[in-house]
Amino acid sequence: MLPYLVLTLLLLSTIGYYLGRRRSLAMADGHIRNLHSLPSYYGFYTALWCGLPALLLFILWMALGSILITYLVVADLPPEMRSLPPERIDLLVSNIKNLVQGNIVSDTADPVMRAAADQYRRLQAIGNGALWLLVLALAIGGGAYAYRTIAPRLRARNLVERVIMVFLMVSSTIAILTTIGIVLSVLFESIRFFHAIPITHFLFGLQWSPQTAMRVDQVGASGAFGAVPLFTGTLLISFIAMVVAVPIGLLSALYLSEYAHHSFRSVAKPILEVLAGIPTVVYGFFAVLTVAPLIRDTGQWLGLDVASESALAAGLVMGIMIIPFVSSLSDDVINAVPQAMRDGSYALGATRSETIKLVILPAALPGIVGGILLAFSRAIGETMIVVMAAGLSANLTANPLKAVTTITVQIVTLLTGDQEFDSPKTLAAFALGLVLFVVTLTLNIIALHVVRKYREQYE
Amino acid sequence: MNTTATTINSATHQGTLIVAQAEAPLKTGPRVIDYNDRRTVGDITVPDPKMVCRDVNVYYGENHAIKTVSIDIGNRQVTSLIGPSGCGKSTFLRCLNRMNDTIPGCRVTGEITIDKENIYDKNLDVVQLRARVGMVFQKPNPFPKSIFENIAYGPHIHGLAANKRELGELVETCLIKAGLWEEVKDRLEEAGTGLSGGQQQRLCIARAISVNPEVILMDEPCSALDPIATARIEELMDELRENYAIVIVTHSMQQAARVSQRTAYFHLGDLIEVGDTEQIFTNPQHRLTEDYITGRFG
Repeated sequence: MLPYLVLTLLLLSTIGYYLGRRRSLAMADGHIRNLHSLPSYYGFYTALWCGLPALLLFILWMALGSILITYLVVADLPPEMRSLPPERIDLLVSNIKNLVQGNIVSDTADPVMRAAADQYRRLQAIGNGALWLLVLALAIGGGAYAYRTIAPRLRARNLVERVIMVFLMVSSTIAILTTIGIVLSVLFESIRFFHAIPITHFLFGLQWSPQTAMRVDQVGASGAFGAVPLFTGTLLISFIAMVVAVPIGLLSALYLSEYAHHSFRSVAKPILEVLAGIPTVVYGFFAVLTVAPLIRDTGQWLGLDVASESALAAGLVMGIMIIPFVSSLSDDVINAVPQAMRDGSYALGATRSETIKLVILPAALPGIVGGILLAFSRAIGETMIVVMAAGLSANLTANPLKAVTTITVQIVTLLTGDQEFDSPKTLAAFALGLVLFVVTLTLNIIALHVVRKYREQYE
Repeated sequence: MNTTATTINSATHQGTLIVAQAEAPLKTGPRVIDYNDRRTVGDITVPDPKMVCRDVNVYYGENHAIKTVSIDIGNRQVTSLIGPSGCGKSTFLRCLNRMNDTIPGCRVTGEITIDKENIYDKNLDVVQLRARVGMVFQKPNPFPKSIFENIAYGPHIHGLAANKRELGELVETCLIKAGLWEEVKDRLEEAGTGLSGGQQQRLCIARAISVNPEVILMDEPCSALDPIATARIEELMDELRENYAIVIVTHSMQQAARVSQRTAYFHLGDLIEVGDTEQIFTNPQHRLTEDYITGRFG
C-alpha cells in the first residue's frame, strides 16, 4: 500500500515540474531573459514544493507511527497488564504485533490479546488512511503554493540550489553519523564488558581463555580475559607481513617509477594492482593449503618444530596481500616528487641511483612512511587470512613458527555459533573490537597527517 | 636574393668551419634576407670555441624540433638564445648537456663536441659530461634540504671534498661566487626551499658551480623572478663570464642585449641568425630576426 504512495508522490512531483516550467515560460513572454532563472529551475522549484514536505511527513510517520500506535494500544490494555514491569510489557507488545502479522495462530491467544491485536490493526488502518490523505493534501497544496508564487523575479535557481546543498549535507552527515553510531555501540558494549572484567586485567593479563561457564559445575571454564597474547600475536603476524611487504613493495615502486621502461610499467603496474583485487579468502586458502604445509615441511627438513598453523605462514601471505598497497602508495608519492628535483640532480652529474638515494627518497620519505602506516593498520585489521591460517590457540610467544592468534580471529570465534549475548565471553569481542578500532584509527590519523604534511612541502 | 656574402648554409658545409665573411662590414646598410630562407645568417664560429655543434637535429617522436643547427659556443662569454615560444631554443640548450636523454622519445643527431670530444659518443659518460656542463633551470629547484646540503650535494657525489672542512670551504666559495653568502651565512642549516625566489635561483647557480663546471646552461633563469632579483642574477652572470662559458635562453630581448656577447635567433626549429649581440640588435640581417627584435612578431 505505502509504496504506491511514494510512487504517487513521484508522479505528482513530475507533473509539478512540467506545470511549473510551463507557467514560467508563459510568464516569460517568449524571452527567457525576462526570467530570473532558467525555466527548468521553476519546474524543479514546483516539484520540490510538491514532493519534499509530503515526503518528510511520510518519513516522520514511518519513524514514529508504530511507536504512537503501540503507545495507544498499551494504554487500552487492562490495568493489571499495564502495571507489569517494562520488559514484560515489551513481550506483550511483540506478541500483539505477531498476532497482527498473523504469525501466531489466533485460536491459542487469549481474548484480551486478540482484542489488543484488533485494536492495533484498526489503528494502523486509520493511520495509513490519514497518511494517504495528509500526504496527498500536502503534495497538492505545496505544489499549488509554488505554482502560484512563480513570477519572473522569483529566484528559483537560488532556492533549488540551496535545497540541493542541504541534501548533499544530509548525505555526508549520514555517513559520519553511522560511523559514530557504530563506534558508540562498540563503546557501550565494551563498557558493559569492563563491568564484568576489570579493564586492567583485560589490557595487561597474560592469559586468554574466554570459556565462561554456562553451569556452575562446568569443567575448564575459568574464563581468563587477558588480551596480551592476542596483541602480541597480532603484532607478530603484522610485523612478518610488513617485513615481506615493505621492501618488496617499496623496491618495486622504485623500479616502476624510476627505472622501468614506459611499456613495461604500463603492463606491470595494473598487474600489481590486480593483486589488491584478490578476495582475502582466496589468500586464506592459499596460506592454509600451500604456504603452511610448505613451511612445515621445510621446517621438518631443517629439524625445526613448526606448527601447521604458524604465524609465519599467515604473515607471509598477508605480506603478499599488502604488497600492492605499499607499492601503489609509494609509487604515488615518488611520482609526486617534482621532475625539477630529478633534473636538478641529473644536471649536477648525479646518476640515477644517487638521485634516488639522495634526492627522491628523502623527499618522498614522509609520504612513504604514511603509506607504510596505512598498510600496517590494514594488516592489523585483516581477518580472513588469519582466521584460516593462524590458529586459535592464544600463545604468548615471539616465535614465528608457533601458532598464534590475533584480535580479529578471536572476535570472529567469540561471535559465531550459539552464544549468550550478555556473557563476558561475547562482550569481550566488543572490547577487542574497540582496541582494534582505537589502534587503527590512531595509525590512520598519524599516517594521514604525515602524508598531508608531505604534500604541503611542494605546494 | 639571398646569396649575399654573409649567408652561410651550414648544412651544406657538413660541419666544416667555413666562414664566408662579408667584404663589406655588416653595418653599412640593410641586407635583409627574406622570410622564406631558413639558412643560418651570420658567423656561426668563434675563435677557440668551448663547444662546437654541427648539424644538430632533434626529434620528439615524429616532431622535428631542431632542424640542422650549427653553432659554436665561445669560451668566457655569454651566448644568448632568443626566439618566440616553441622555437626550440630550450630544446637545443638541453642538448648541450644531454638533459634531453631523460625525455622519452627524444632523438638527437649531428655532432656536439666539448673541447673536441663528442658528447654523444658512446664511450662518453653522460654523468661526467653533466659535471662539466652545469645547468640552471627556469624555475628555481632547490632540493628540499638545507642550504648547505644543497650546495654540498654535487661535491659529495663527485668526491670533490676530502673532509668536512674542505666541504665547508667549498660551500662558502660557491655561495660567495653566487653572491648569496652574506644573506645566508648565518642560516646554512635552514631549508633551501624557504628562501625567496631570487635567492633560490642564486642558490641553484651556486649549486651548479659547486661541481666546477666549464659551461653553465641557463634556461630562462629569470622568468620566475621580479626585476630586482633579475638584475642581481644578470650582474652575477657578468661576473661568472670571466671563468665559464655561459649559454642562456631568454624571452627578454633586453636581457639578451644586457648580458650576452653573442646572440642566436631561433625560429620554428631553425637557427636563423647568429652574431655579435650588438649587431643582432642594431642591424639584423634576416627579416625574421628583424621582425622579432622590433616586436612585430613573437
